[in-house]
Amino acid sequence: MLSSEKARHSLAVSVRGLTRRFGERLVIDALDLDIKRGEFVALLGASGCGKSTLLRILADLDHEIEGDVRVSPRRGVAFQSPRLFPWKRVWNNVVTGLREGRDRTHADAALTEVGLAHRGDAWPKDLSGGEAQRASLARALVRNPDLLLLDEPFGSLDALTRLKAQALVADLWQKHRQAVLLVTHDVEEALLLADRVVVMRDGTVAHEIVVDLPRPRSPSERQFGRLRLQLLDWLGVVETTPPASRSPSLISQISDGH
Amino acid sequence: MSSDPYAQNPELERIIPARRRGRHLAPRSLSKSTGAIALVLLWWLATTYGWISEDIFPSPQTLWQTFLDLVNGGELGDALMLSLERVVIGFGFGFVTGVGLALISGLFRLGEDIVDAPMQMARTLPWAGLIPLLIIWLGIDETPKITLVAFAVTFPLYINTFAGIRNVDKTLVEVAHTLNFGRAALIFQVILPGALPNLLVGLRYSLGSAWLALVFAETVNAQGGLGYLITHAREVYRVDIIILCLAIYALLGLSADLIVRLLEKLLLSWRQSFDGA
Ligand SMILES: Nc1ncnc2c1ncn2[C@@H]1O[C@H](COP(=O)(O)OP(=O)(O)OP(=O)(O)O)[C@@H](O)[C@H]1O
Ligand SMILES: [Mg+2]
Repeated sequence: MLSSEKARHSLAVSVRGLTRRFGERLVIDALDLDIKRGEFVALLGASGCGKSTLLRILADLDHEIEGDVRVSPRRGVAFQSPRLFPWKRVWNNVVTGLREGRDRTHADAALTEVGLAHRGDAWPKDLSGGEAQRASLARALVRNPDLLLLDEPFGSLDALTRLKAQALVADLWQKHRQAVLLVTHDVEEALLLADRVVVMRDGTVAHEIVVDLPRPRSPSERQFGRLRLQLLDWLGVVETTPPASRSPSLISQISDGH
Repeated sequence: MSSDPYAQNPELERIIPARRRGRHLAPRSLSKSTGAIALVLLWWLATTYGWISEDIFPSPQTLWQTFLDLVNGGELGDALMLSLERVVIGFGFGFVTGVGLALISGLFRLGEDIVDAPMQMARTLPWAGLIPLLIIWLGIDETPKITLVAFAVTFPLYINTFAGIRNVDKTLVEVAHTLNFGRAALIFQVILPGALPNLLVGLRYSLGSAWLALVFAETVNAQGGLGYLITHAREVYRVDIIILCLAIYALLGLSADLIVRLLEKLLLSWRQSFDGA
């Protein structure tokens, strides 16, 4: 009893028997999930399997649920689309809602971390897709949360910017050690960043894998390749090309909706 | 390699650079005023060559002379000040009422239940028909005129602001929630800015109605003001004064419109919207 109390204390997310229906459709079905404080968890799954739905529930945005859900009170959220306030300039979007430090210098510091310091004065409408996403990431990070909920934050970044953004998140996580739940379609991204990869299917956690590799990681390591194949297998992707000749990411094969 | 790729790929469509597309057209300000200038020209021709009698429609010269006379006599200045004062005060009351009620019914479900239905009913009342009632209730001094203007202003503002509040992007309200916005921050930083485009549409309509209401109130029950000038002119058959006053009403309406446009430029520069081709 005492040990389970203590276990709960060191958690950032604790979900038991979570169920969410849309009408008759069961999207999340008796799902259990724990995330320890400071743990980096990546969530994989086919498009439409309920990843964003789960994230919304953890972000306290959806209450039509059954089950027991507990999350850290200090959360930062970056949605699948950037959702910046169009009437606030970028810098103001980043620091808006902060209790203190709602000033330009603080905003610029956060924007510098995501490589966007030069766009602080722009209106959100004038940002590129990737810039908007980085601004949204900065907004989630500036709050210094205990739990970061990221819904495909690198979805619309080009390959190079994506690598930089991944390195950035890895750095920030090393520095601040907040718990992270990262929804992604990219198996390599999951393996590069996460302590644990969770695969969702049929509304529940179908598989999970602990990524016990030293950081910084590289996709060329043998162990990495083995985990990759395992995850792809779980996701139902049949790999036909040999690893040496494949493109840098497999996003297009895994997601049919993006 | 040919120097003219078009010859080899005739099916390709050329994308024409914007600068060249409009090269032969006049600047925008000129093209905007062409219609107005043509009308004035036509008016001048029609009156100078006697196509229209001066008794029915005075020439531009006559109108200008009338204008100078009225300005020098001080009648026009006094009337204008009085009319402006009525509009400003009436508009102020109407703005506060319209936007205030829209906030109440836009932000709170209970507020909507209580406020919206009566407002929708009252909206269908033709406000010009209220004049006799207002005179009986409120007498013939300034109050009924100001009330009528306020009444005319309230509804367009209410309807549009309410619609604007209800059109605010739900996903942004969710963001506000994840950022722990309080109630005041939600209203002033998310809902009101989101409703602002609609509010300004309402503002435009309501300024139009404000002038209209003023004309009605002043011509029916005149004691000074531009409307009084018109009624008085009718009694002495001064078509020129009537038209002059109407032109001034129109100009005032136009400048109100310009003010709203300026406000839109200032307040909505963040917006990404279609400006016309
Ligand atoms: N408000 C809603 N009403 C009805 N169905 C919904 C609603 N929101 C989501 N769904 C459905 O629930 C399922 C899960 O949606 P969700 O957005 O969680 O998918 P996802 O795993 O994030 O997919 P993707 O990878 O494409 O973003 C989808 O089939 C979706 O159509
Ligand atoms: Mg999703």
